[in-house]
Amino acid sequence: MAIDQLLQAIPLDQLLIQTVNGIVAGMILALVASGLTLIFGIMDVVNFAHGELFMLGAYVGVIVLTATGNFWLALVVATLVIALLGAGIHVIALRPLLGRDPLTTILATFGISLVLQNYALWQFGPVARKIQEPFSGYFTLFYLDYPWYRLVIALLSAAIIGALWLFLKFGTYGIWIRATTQDRVMAQAMGIPVPQVLTAVFAIGAGMAAASGVLFGPLVGVNHAMGVDWVLKAFIVVVVGGMGNLGGSIAASIFISLLESYASIWVSPAQAVIFSFVVLILTLLFRPTGLFVPTPK
Amino acid sequence: MSDTPPQPLITVDDIHTYYGKSHILNGVSLEVGTGEVVGLLGRNGVGKSTTLKTIMGLVRPSRGRTLLEGCAITDFPAHRIARLGIGYVPEDRRIFRLLTVMENLRTGLDRRAVTEARKKELLDKVYAFFPMLAERRNQAGGTLSGGEQQMLAIARAMMLEPKIILLDEPTEGLMPRMVSQIRQIIDALHRDGVAILLVEQNVPLTLDASRRVYIMEKGAVRHHALASQLRVNDAVIHQYLGV
Repeated sequence: MAIDQLLQAIPLDQLLIQTVNGIVAGMILALVASGLTLIFGIMDVVNFAHGELFMLGAYVGVIVLTATGNFWLALVVATLVIALLGAGIHVIALRPLLGRDPLTTILATFGISLVLQNYALWQFGPVARKIQEPFSGYFTLFYLDYPWYRLVIALLSAAIIGALWLFLKFGTYGIWIRATTQDRVMAQAMGIPVPQVLTAVFAIGAGMAAASGVLFGPLVGVNHAMGVDWVLKAFIVVVVGGMGNLGGSIAASIFISLLESYASIWVSPAQAVIFSFVVLILTLLFRPTGLFVPTPK
Repeated sequence: MSDTPPQPLITVDDIHTYYGKSHILNGVSLEVGTGEVVGLLGRNGVGKSTTLKTIMGLVRPSRGRTLLEGCAITDFPAHRIARLGIGYVPEDRRIFRLLTVMENLRTGLDRRAVTEARKKELLDKVYAFFPMLAERRNQAGGTLSGGEQQMLAIARAMMLEPKIILLDEPTEGLMPRMVSQIRQIIDALHRDGVAILLVEQNVPLTLDASRRVYIMEKGAVRHHALASQLRVNDAVIHQYLGV
């Protein structure tokens, strides 16, 4: 009886729509979070400026798109420019802190995030800009016209994460990065230029943040504070997925996004965020190493 | 000294090294000639491992110099020192546990200067030395036994085509069969013209494998002799090592 009522209260079509929504949002979140977890897992740096790299990526995308009208060019240029900026930030602000208390890197990246955010406000003003999606087409999902573009972002995010995984798994530099993660001292003794590897990792993470900024730009407005929300969610995902665990972050991104999608059937999307925090708190209480990692022995 | 070769490969010149406030090395000087096997003996905690780490650039001396073929490398970062031809096999082996055997080898092998043909040659050589590594090339380093990890650590250092390998207690905790295998590897490397600076607790093995031996005490070299002299005069060994 009660189950019947519940099933009637949840229309199947809404459930399916929210599943698609959740997976799409989850893949974009996974792209932001995998940059964050890469930087944390390999460098032990909690990058509080990640959201600002995401935001600046979107702005570079706006500039290139306005100048050339080519969305894909904007995506590539933004990724490269922000990767370079990331390398610069690492060399100037983080490399000197190598070997110090990890807390110092939190202060440094937090400072950088304030500088970048206020730079964007000063440079671009408070009015949100819009990125035009590269194509506008819809397919019918029950009673909804669902934009193709959203599916394409999810697929592109998956492709970028997949490429990162292949690079880490098989490439020479991927082996260098994994060796550096496991034993920095021995990596150096094997001739691996560890400081340069760390700079490259930060640059890759920054580039991934920028790519997600451009890809996500068409769905939300581009403004100086757009990074804050996303990075907060990305942090939840990274903690829930297990700090530094790439696969865990992806699983957690989809899990959290689906949860929020389903929750917003009943409550407003703003309230649905509460569910993420509940998951975060429960994870920290009962499984502080992360939901998606094997129980440590 | 007449038994010191005229053109040393490695020169350690009066190095002083601190860990925080504790003075670990108190003016260590030694030399290793090209292709020479040199032993470094001493009790636990006299600074043998720190000497190797200082040569490798993993620990910075506050005073003194280290030279490779007459060029100062004291201030070089460790990865440059490795690329210049110094291989390092640390005491705790430090295998990359989550990397496969092959990936462990590739950390040293994937250098721009090495052609594909040369890579294959080097791999074939270590696989001939250590057939076990060939069998387990796709297995994670952390799943190997202690002896196998030691073989991998030596093979990994060989990937750098080093002029010298710094071997830190390679036989520690190994079964006798493995110990004699390590002994054979040292000989094989020596025949290949690779110099070795061997830190060991196993005195008979060190005297047997080395040409010259340095004995350390309290952060400095106290005695230096040909291994052949020490083999017949164990009073010195008894005095410094208590064995």
